[in-house]
Amino acid sequence: MKIKSNIAVSDNGFVFDPNTGDSYNLNNTAAEILQMLKSGKEETEIIKVFAKKYDVDETTFEQNFYDFLGMLNHYNLVEENRG
Amino acid sequence: MEKLRYERPVINKIKAGVPDKFGMNTKIKIMPEIEGIPVKDIINKYGSPVFVLSEPKIRETYQEAHRAFSSRYPKVQFAWSYKTNYLDAICKIYHDEGSWAEVVSGFEYDKALANGVPGSKILFNGPDKNDEDLLKAIENSSFIHIDHFDELYSIIRLTKNTDKKAKVAIRINMDTGIYPQWDRFGFNYENGEAWNAINRIMLSENLDLVGLHTHIGTYIMSANAYAVAASKLAELAVRTNRKFNHNIKYIDMGGGFASKNTLKGAYLPGKDTCPSFDDYAEAITSALINSEIAPDNLPILFLETGRALIDEAGYVLGTILANKRLSNARRSTIVDIGVNMLFTSFWYEHEIYPAQECSLQTEDTAIYGPLCMNIDILREAIQFPLLQKGDHVVIPRVGAYNMTQWMQFITLRPNILLIDRDKNIQIIRKKETNEVFKQMERVPDHLK
Ligand SMILES: Cc1ncc(COP(=O)(O)O)c(C=O)c1O
Repeated sequence: MKIKSNIAVSDNGFVFDPNTGDSYNLNNTAAEILQMLKSGKEETEIIKVFAKKYDVDETTFEQNFYDFLGMLNHYNLVEENRG
Repeated sequence: MEKLRYERPVINKIKAGVPDKFGMNTKIKIMPEIEGIPVKDIINKYGSPVFVLSEPKIRETYQEAHRAFSSRYPKVQFAWSYKTNYLDAICKIYHDEGSWAEVVSGFEYDKALANGVPGSKILFNGPDKNDEDLLKAIENSSFIHIDHFDELYSIIRLTKNTDKKAKVAIRINMDTGIYPQWDRFGFNYENGEAWNAINRIMLSENLDLVGLHTHIGTYIMSANAYAVAASKLAELAVRTNRKFNHNIKYIDMGGGFASKNTLKGAYLPGKDTCPSFDDYAEAITSALINSEIAPDNLPILFLETGRALIDEAGYVLGTILANKRLSNARRSTIVDIGVNMLFTSFWYEHEIYPAQECSLQTEDTAIYGPLCMNIDILREAIQFPLLQKGDHVVIPRVGAYNMTQWMQFITLRPNILLIDRDKNIQIIRKKETNEVFKQMERVPDHLK
């Protein structure tokens, strides 16, 4: 999943979408994921990194992660064509 | 390497120009324990969902309410409104505190007797008392609060065959400036029906008019409505005294005080808007004391407070079953507490708290019960933190009406626990089993 290239993400988790003028808040984990996605990391890789770094098992994280990606999609923050 | 604390990722859209209601903070309160006992331990031992009542809280609230009235008025008597919560253990706590019983059916009447309340300390309300109920109440010298003329004439007829006088009061409905006006119970004040009923009773040799009763409604947020009601009852007492030289022994103001729950559609939380016991007490007792009733004849003030006495002492504990996204991407969370056991979720925006540490992030969430029914909604929209399947939640202020109005629908009713004054947990109603239901059903031979 690719984040639209003109979406701005600040370090403290503030997201601005110039296409719509909408802005969003992210919590720390969400900000980290967004940065990884922006830098082109694969989804499977992100899951591995998180399960290692955080106190969470892979299945739980995977569920939360795809729920989160669903929200990014809902807010139109991702490119239409995947990959 | 030690792992970092995990919080599930969330993204929230910032809505410009939409402030929180009155700038209320959305800081997340958690409720990890009830009376010092961890929620997790209670659920592990007694299952989920489970109701928990606090005996210390029941007693403390009762004493607070009693003090509010007895510090302002010489003669005060509470009667526990059975329908609000008629678990025997709960009723016995109120009786132990000095409360009489207020009942509205033969079933409740017998329950009060079985709980050790003498007949002479039972107030019998309601439109449904059959001859058997009435006779029993007459024999036991209970106070019969007459609801309609058919009942009045039944009592006149029944007392012909006994040498006991029936001790009666009439229930009176009236305009107290609040909406809706409950005019379906009792005799109306404004149109003179109540005065007619008083006259009819005073002419009857076998009926002793001892009291005047009203119950103006429930969850009444205006203390002033009680002042109006008390003045009208006092006026009737004075008129009765003038015409018949007969003293009314008590004035019963019924129940109806609001609890701190928030009604659906209310803009501000109930905690901020509900009058205190002192407010209600001041309104009622001033109206009586300032009435034309002679100081020597001041009637006993009866109160049938239900909701406001017990709501705060009850909790229901439950568990998250699942999180989902609705088609518009809103979060929905399913818990194992349904409207079948939490009847009051039809009236209240119940508060719901996580029972364990959770993320500080909240999301606009719909909270649904477990029933496969569209009506099973606990909260349509609440800013709720992100809980995972298996996490526990606590819904406070559920002590009133749920444990009597709940229904056996789709799931069985859960355990009810009492935390006593020594912090021991006692089961006061066992969770239902399939066996209980089987016992009551019969399958005709041709279907066996
Ligand atoms: C006659 C009577 N008294 C007392 C009550 C208790 O009312 P509440 O729980 O509002 O205090 C009720 C409840 O409907 C009632 O009908």
